[in-house]
Amino acid sequence: MPENNEQLGIVISGSLNKGVEVRLDSAASVEDMAVGRYVTIEGEKRRFFGMITDISLGVIDQKLTLTPPDISDPFMAEVLAGTSVYATLHVLPMLTIGGGVTELIEGPQPVKTVASHFSRVNLASQRDVELVFGGEDERKFYIGTPLDMETRICLDLPELVKRSNGIFGKSGTGKTFLTRILLIGMLQKSAAVNLIFDMHSEYGWAGTSEGGRAVKALKQLFPEQVAVFTLDEENSRRRKVSTDFVVKIGYDEIEAEDMVLLRQTLNLTEPAIEAVYQLSRRFRRDWLLSTLQLKDSEETRELLKELSIHESTFQNLQRGLATIRRLPFIESHASTNAVEAILDHLDRGSNVVLEFGRYRDITAYILVANMLTRRIYAKYQERMERAMGEDIAPPHPLVITIEEAHRFLNPGIASQTIFGTIAREMRKYNVTLLVIDQRPSGIDDEVMSQLGTKISCLLDNERDIDSVLSGVSGKSELKSVLARLESRQQALIFGHAVPMPVVVRTREYGSADSYKDFLPAGAAEIRKQAEKDIEELWQ
Amino acid sequence: MAELTSRVGEIIEASTTDFVAQCYQLYQSPPLGSLVKTTDESVALYGIVYHATTASLEPGRRPIARGRDEASEAEIYRSSPQLLKLLRTEFSALVVGYREKEKLYRYLPAKPARIHGFVHLCPADEVREFSQSLSFLNILLNTHLPVAAEELVAASLRQMSQLCADPHVFLVAAGKELAILLSGDFNRLKAILGRLRQ
Ligand SMILES: Nc1ncnc2c1ncn2[C@@H]1O[C@H](COP(=O)(O)OP(=O)(O)OP(=O)(O)O)[C@@H](O)[C@H]1O
Ligand SMILES: [Mg+2]
Repeated sequence: MPENNEQLGIVISGSLNKGVEVRLDSAASVEDMAVGRYVTIEGEKRRFFGMITDISLGVIDQKLTLTPPDISDPFMAEVLAGTSVYATLHVLPMLTIGGGVTELIEGPQPVKTVASHFSRVNLASQRDVELVFGGEDERKFYIGTPLDMETRICLDLPELVKRSNGIFGKSGTGKTFLTRILLIGMLQKSAAVNLIFDMHSEYGWAGTSEGGRAVKALKQLFPEQVAVFTLDEENSRRRKVSTDFVVKIGYDEIEAEDMVLLRQTLNLTEPAIEAVYQLSRRFRRDWLLSTLQLKDSEETRELLKELSIHESTFQNLQRGLATIRRLPFIESHASTNAVEAILDHLDRGSNVVLEFGRYRDITAYILVANMLTRRIYAKYQERMERAMGEDIAPPHPLVITIEEAHRFLNPGIASQTIFGTIAREMRKYNVTLLVIDQRPSGIDDEVMSQLGTKISCLLDNERDIDSVLSGVSGKSELKSVLARLESRQQALIFGHAVPMPVVVRTREYGSADSYKDFLPAGAAEIRKQAEKDIEELWQ
Repeated sequence: MAELTSRVGEIIEASTTDFVAQCYQLYQSPPLGSLVKTTDESVALYGIVYHATTASLEPGRRPIARGRDEASEAEIYRSSPQLLKLLRTEFSALVVGYREKEKLYRYLPAKPARIHGFVHLCPADEVREFSQSLSFLNILLNTHLPVAAEELVAASLRQMSQLCADPHVFLVAAGKELAILLSGDFNRLKAILGRLRQ
């Protein structure tokens, strides 16, 4: 493996847009190179920092490819390497990291030119990488290490949460682990509070890792700062989760707008959604229960005629509503107010994880996430407007985490739903999203382009890769990096929170040792527990 | 005396690019590809031996076969001792550099060698010094000679490598230099590399 600051080769051609070609020295083996590695280019006046995005082989004389030399002769092979046959690296310069006055004062700057011909290219040293992604501090959170290096890549979290962000990757690549790590970071460094719609119950209390080993989740590590809400009390109790609130939803709380998002999952027709609005105007708050209770009678037919709802539309609607009725956390009238309870916690700076327990059904997830978000967002909007008018403190910035994001943000509905609105409005009302998805191509393009920072684990579907990288400069280069990530615990991060795209090996999560690193120095109790866990591992 | 024993001939023909020397003894020409030098007062010229001939002293008269009734080749010379006087061995060297005021240059000198200049085989130290840079290869490859340049280059490099601390390292470096010089002609490169292998 090459050592830091090792000489790789020299710049032989290139352009600012497409990156530069670097001819590899004969001493450096092409097989030691890897896309995603960092290099520095020592220009005459400045130093450039870039990433290897492709590696290719060349021959000086085409005859060599027609009558290949006998490289079983080691002498021949040694002589030809680096002379008649050679390797080139394609390097995308991203930043200048020294030389100019601006770099001295403001740190690394985006590149505006390329290095001159034959500039030396070295593997970036630990120091160079630190200069760019620089050390942990009260804003910056350590998320992982670059390939083959111990340096810590850090994200500026207050900057990150200013916009909506996305975490992508195919199934089993480490999205959930990454999200957990990021949530811990936000909890410590971003001054934002989180509301997490936890479809698989893996963020609040214990989650599982490969092989079924339990890993700790937020509330176990930060009991003071995290509240676990549950939709499935029995399930939470069985898992020995200490919950703070049991969420019930009343029929009377479900509004016509909440049904729009469910159109696809409930297989409702367009006229059926129209009918929902008609019925809710007629029956007001009780529309859902009243509709379900309509019998097959003359009276009903009269009513439908009056509202000009077609018979088949009505049946389609009733089938859909029956699915909702079967959700066990729905009651005719909820005695508690989940929205108030969540806001209450958020106001106290506490983070809320809502676990779904056994109700992993997508209908339940969409219904609840949408309903609660709409109401919470409305409150935020109201309060932000008041705060601006009356010069009082605005509510804490809020980050809402949703999984299976394409269900909420696909092109068919993104413009109509609350999540589309939040993604587009950036943080006008102090609310942003953290969307997690394994099928990013299912998400509306406009929403994707609004995401500030994207973190993507391995994707192998061409359309998914395209959608994640759309609008990024150096797209085709990043594409080859993205498609070659390892199948887990590696991610490409790009966007606002990092000065340039970066591939990281995600920080280790789940070992007793790892918990200790996440905890602030003060958390003595939990540190002790973590130490005890380590002890137990040895017994 | 080293001076005498290393002396291999005397110049009988000279031009800017090469010189021809006659050997003092029949058949005693320096090996193909070896580094020789000739010195006049201030300048020493270096040459690489590229060709050697043994022929009749008189251009018009060819030797005739004489061994029909002799048992061995040696017998022929024993029964006609005058033969040694009728034949002569010559060798040609390509000028590849010179030394003036202690400094070594690996390109052509201002003036050719002088007739009757003595030609010496270079000692090991000097060969090592000369072969530190391989820029002379360019001259060998680009001069039209009666022998194939591939043969000459290979012979010369093989000899130089024998005098190096690590012959393999030397040959690989030389091979790389050749690969660059012959970048458009892989077949020639292959021919030389094939002759370099130990
Ligand atoms: N940072 C990490 N530290 C330790 N293990 C990890 C890490 N990232 C991923 N893993 C391993 O990879 C496995 C899969 O990760 P994870 O459950 O986060 O994938 P996912 O992308 O959320 O999958 P799915 O789409 O199925 O939900 C984990 O169970 C764990 O064993
Ligand atoms: Mg997951």
